[in-house]
Amino acid sequence: MAAHLSYGRVNLNILREAARKELREFLDKCAGSKAIVWDEYLTGPFGLIAQYSLLKEHEVEKMFTLKSGRLPSADVKNIIFFVRPRLELMDIIAENVFSEDKHHSSRDFHILFVPRRSMLCEQRLKEQGVLGSFINIDEYILDLIPYDGDLLSMEYESAFRECYLENDQTSLYHTAKGLMTLQALYGTIPQIYGKGDCARHVANMMLRMKREFAGTQNQILPVFDTLLLLDRNVDLLTPLATQLTYEGLIDEIYGINNGYVKLPPEKFAQKKQGEASKDLPTEPKKLQLNSAEELYAEIRDKNFNAVGAALSKKAKIISAAFEERHNAKTVGEIKQFVSQLPHMQAARSSLANHTSIAELIKDITTSEAFFDNLTVEQEFMTGVDTDKVNTYIEDCIAQKDPLIKILRLVCMQSVCNNGLKQKVLDYYKREILQTYGYEHILTLNNLEKGGLLKPQTSSRNNYPTIRKTLKLWMEDANEQNPNDISYVYSGYAPLSIRLTQVLARPGWRSIEEVLKMLPGPHFEERQQLPSGLHKKRQQGENRTTLVFFLGGVTYAEIAALRFLSQMEDSGMEYIIATTKLVNGTTWIKSLMDRPESQTP
Amino acid sequence: MTKSKADEEDYWNSSKFKAFTFDDEDDELIRLKESRQAVNSIRRLVEEDDDEDDVEKVSWSGEPVGSISWSVKETAASNQRTDREPAFPKIPTDTPSLSKSQSGYSLSSLFKGETGGRGNFQSFTDTLSDSSIRLYAPELRKPKSEYKDYVSDWSPEETIQRLQQGKTAPLEKFRSLQDKLLLLDFAVSAHDGNVITAVLIYLKRTLSKEVLFRELESRQTALRHFIHYLTETKDQRLLLELLRFAHTCLPVTPVYLLPFSAEDSAHVQDHYTLLERQIIIEATDQQAERGGKVEIFQKFPRRASILNMPLITTLYYCCFYHYSEPEGTYSSPLNIRQTFKISGKQYFVTALAARAKLKAWLDVDALFTSRNWLGFTRKKSPLSFQRVVDVLQKNSAPTQVLQDYVGLVEDPDMRISLAQKHKCHDIVINTYRDMKDRQQLLGYRGKVGRGSAEERKIDELLNNQQIRWKN
Repeated sequence: MAAHLSYGRVNLNILREAARKELREFLDKCAGSKAIVWDEYLTGPFGLIAQYSLLKEHEVEKMFTLKSGRLPSADVKNIIFFVRPRLELMDIIAENVFSEDKHHSSRDFHILFVPRRSMLCEQRLKEQGVLGSFINIDEYILDLIPYDGDLLSMEYESAFRECYLENDQTSLYHTAKGLMTLQALYGTIPQIYGKGDCARHVANMMLRMKREFAGTQNQILPVFDTLLLLDRNVDLLTPLATQLTYEGLIDEIYGINNGYVKLPPEKFAQKKQGEASKDLPTEPKKLQLNSAEELYAEIRDKNFNAVGAALSKKAKIISAAFEERHNAKTVGEIKQFVSQLPHMQAARSSLANHTSIAELIKDITTSEAFFDNLTVEQEFMTGVDTDKVNTYIEDCIAQKDPLIKILRLVCMQSVCNNGLKQKVLDYYKREILQTYGYEHILTLNNLEKGGLLKPQTSSRNNYPTIRKTLKLWMEDANEQNPNDISYVYSGYAPLSIRLTQVLARPGWRSIEEVLKMLPGPHFEERQQLPSGLHKKRQQGENRTTLVFFLGGVTYAEIAALRFLSQMEDSGMEYIIATTKLVNGTTWIKSLMDRPESQTP
Repeated sequence: MTKSKADEEDYWNSSKFKAFTFDDEDDELIRLKESRQAVNSIRRLVEEDDDEDDVEKVSWSGEPVGSISWSVKETAASNQRTDREPAFPKIPTDTPSLSKSQSGYSLSSLFKGETGGRGNFQSFTDTLSDSSIRLYAPELRKPKSEYKDYVSDWSPEETIQRLQQGKTAPLEKFRSLQDKLLLLDFAVSAHDGNVITAVLIYLKRTLSKEVLFRELESRQTALRHFIHYLTETKDQRLLLELLRFAHTCLPVTPVYLLPFSAEDSAHVQDHYTLLERQIIIEATDQQAERGGKVEIFQKFPRRASILNMPLITTLYYCCFYHYSEPEGTYSSPLNIRQTFKISGKQYFVTALAARAKLKAWLDVDALFTSRNWLGFTRKKSPLSFQRVVDVLQKNSAPTQVLQDYVGLVEDPDMRISLAQKHKCHDIVINTYRDMKDRQQLLGYRGKVGRGSAEERKIDELLNNQQIRWKN
């Protein structure tokens, strides 16, 4: 099930196993049969750690979703609430506990806070008069969740918002804690680089935590050579652009949540022969997407324009494999064929699924609307007419296209122009407020606070310098057989990944000027290793860098890093960690106030 | 870097995009089709033993059978049905050797120093990682503060550390203001919002408002957490007092506390004015609709209240129901345009859509009409005619209306493609004639009805000796 976590350069299964162990320990603390009441949001992240079977082994007999009112009946000794520390959830728990007491008095209550206990929540429970009813109140530290063989996520949605809008650095504290755990398992990381205020904070906290745990030395041979901490606000541009890799487009169009995607069911209906195509399923088809699936691992990071060819190649191979059965004559040969059948069938159903998904995406990427939008994005990224009101954006507002689409484009224009002229900014703001409602003034304010939308303060626009120095736009991006990371956005090379690439070679010293133009300090720290743990590197052995994106990372950026890992002469392998996997839409949404009240 | 500077500028600023090309679109489509065909043909081959056990079981909703979110739904459902013991699908554990062995270590044990010694680690590593990764006692075993676990005389710094680790630590022993502030400062420098809030709760309980506010003045981070706390707990009274205090005493904070800048307050004023208008319009129109005397409300009953709708929606509404009202009324579109300074383009699109919806083609026509100095009328639009056609077509305008506007699209290629799409034969024919493109005209002959007026017109043109065809 989780074998794909251990295939990579770093065995992330160790981390997952540690998390599972912790969960088992907590469950055993509540002796006897149990029912878990889930904060529904948590079932996704927990699914990446454990399956129901693990819970069942530890006497979890029932599971419910947290709802107000009375708890469903269940003949168990313990009721355990798995919840995020949120006040509104405490009120529901209190309601559950109150209505419970009258009927059964023998059941024990417990709370497991994920990822941290909160005094505020405990105080609320106390106010509601139920705090005393709980036997165990504990926390389950789920800082870094292994998401794939080379990917860790905190699944901490509001990190960017908290850091930049609310000035609340709790997420950074969790990040530092997560990195300490990681070092406890994989050894001290000798080199730390960073760019941005949040990166500086995290590094400081890590160094301080290390001092606080004095006396003992980590005796594990370091797995990571380097840690690179990058603030999302160093590169605000990349998430705003439409991702053009296969996985990126799946996320842009359908949204990948905790490794799952929900798709329209029509294309997936299984028509059996002889059966009339009767009732089509109406529920969305849910698929898990990770590198455990061979075909997906092969095509996820390709530019979408190269996916068709890859699928057709695969189809030929699989067809040929099935044809083999005609050649199987002897009993041994037939046995051999049959033994391979399950694997071939898995490959076949995988091919069927991805062909369907590719067809769905193709319908969208070939539409005029998609093309027009992309053209404007690319104009902005190359610096064409970023200083005036854009007609396409104007038309989209007049057509009442989804607000998030408008915000993505306007923010992109602002970022690519190092702020908009006051007149242009005012015009956009007025158009948006008049069309979508004045309440969105709060959202616009948030975007300004986050630096995504801003008036031009100096007359100098330094984006062109940054673009040229870092080669952010490559005119001849090769989508089929890429030779540069710019293929992930069909021309645009993500700034964040260029910084990573330059750090590895020739080093940041070569781009001091540009680094100064980007927000926040850049720095380097070294952590002392006990003697004897210094790696003796083999000739040609790759180094390993952990790149941590504070405030979110996109699938296209991940694809670009994987591309760099695979480049023969790069000499570097990358493991990626982030507070949350984002795309322009989910990111902007996390910065909106009352996004749900958006008029359709 | 041999490129000249001008060349380089040219290179970076060129606006010809070939990126994410659709050149080989057909090719790509064919390839997808190939893969689709293969999928279908294989399916037929293996139909009989489809969905065998070896393939991971997935319920229709897609979660693998046995995943947590799947199980939550399953048990909830079975619970509703009866109280019988639900039958859980038996699935093998992912890594049996591990889940059974009680060795290994948990994340928290790393920090608590509860690891069972090297023996346990060994078995853990044996099962999991290759032998090159050696695991010894981790670095984070015992924080200094832990040695004092049984002493309760913690300094402010130690207290904060304990709180961070989720342990109890009494705050009550810190009585002096100085100690309390030390607590707060250590909490802030730990960046742990949970601990900061905990200290703030204690301070709120044990300090007078005046003192607390005054001390928060110089501690911006703590102040923001305090405001967040009051907002979360809906303590409006104290929040208001804090705001008032901030307003009079803190010259810097009001900008933060009151979210609106000077420019934005104009928008807030507009919002207020809009709501006022909507209330008046809603009341009047509701009455008119009930009275049953006003024709338009009978023909097109209102679908929803106009209250709380955005400004442009309100303008659309007024263009629909109150189009020709004199400028003096609250519901007059022109008045709304004036009051809220709606841009010409926005006004135009909105009025166009509303009048087209009503099929008031004369009104639509009038929107474009302007007289030049010779007194001739000609159609002018702040919007490209291509977009105009788009709007009209979305409101199902008939071909006769559409062709007037298709004919005004300037770019001939665009004009032809729109005309073909909307079956405006005359325009297609005339455009080909003007382009002197005999071949295209000949081709188009096959697309119009046999014996139709269009066909006759094409024949006439083709036989016309005066035209100098380019092909």
